Amino acid sequence: MDARNFTFMFYGFLAAWLIVLVYIVSLARRGSRLRKELEDVKQLISTAPENRS
Amino acid sequence: MREKLVIGLAAVVAILLSYNLYNIFLVLPDEVSQGYIYRIIYFHVPAAIVGMLGYFAAMTLSVLYLASGKFRYDSLAASIVEVSVVFSTLNIVTGSIWARVIWGIWWTWDPRLTSALVCVLIFAGYLMMRRSIDEPTQRARLSAALTIFGCVDVVIVWKSIEWFRNNHPGPVLSIRTGGGHIDPAMEHMLYMNFLALLLMGTVLVLIRSRQESTAREIDSLRRNAHV
Repeated sequence: MDARNFTFMFYGFLAAWLIVLVYIVSLARRGSRLRKELEDVKQLISTAPENRS
Repeated sequence: MREKLVIGLAAVVAILLSYNLYNIFLVLPDEVSQGYIYRIIYFHVPAAIVGMLGYFAAMTLSVLYLASGKFRYDSLAASIVEVSVVFSTLNIVTGSIWARVIWGIWWTWDPRLTSALVCVLIFAGYLMMRRSIDEPTQRARLSAALTIFGCVDVVIVWKSIEWFRNNHPGPVLSIRTGGGHIDPAMEHMLYMNFLALLLMGTVLVLIRSRQESTAREIDSLRRNAHV
């Protein structure tokens, strides 16, 4: 019982940290995608014909 | 300024979590009837409370949005709901693992568990709905309405262990029971880990709301330039 009890406690903590880790990774990926998108849009606007002098 | 705040808070979270994990695994004794597995409570309960507080905070921000029409309230509410869904999922998963050992089953359609699952589904639906609506005002209004509706279920989750007959254990914290249901050292550690998870949630909300601002900036640049 104790070994099984310990194993499931390990699974519980592993699951908790995995959920947090997956979310942090998804946040980081979304952040870098948004930064790139912002740069692209800014560049597109600066190179648009009406903005060329 | 915001980056420094995020880094500072993240450092506090790391220190606090290390201290808590040391105490949870190496200082606190096993629970008499449950053995090792009771330690899941140190993540299960604080994650539930952080999630519920998040939903109520989002509801307050949604009401503020409906009253003022300012999009920053809507963005912050969306960021908080997203992080709260993560904590609620953590709560359900850890609870299910605990139940497998103590009850012998992964899941039962008990009022507490069912209302908690419905709560996650409502707010996951909220996040999906936001992705499907492009028009910002319509998105914000519907999101605010759904948050207020979802918070009715949050109250049911919170009170279900008092209102209905449950398999789920009853309240243990002294603030709800008046004391005597949990060892003071164990309760202290529950509060310490609640603080750690609350701060972690705050860091995640700060990062997520920054991303919401960036998305709004991209939207506004696109609209102005017709890109």
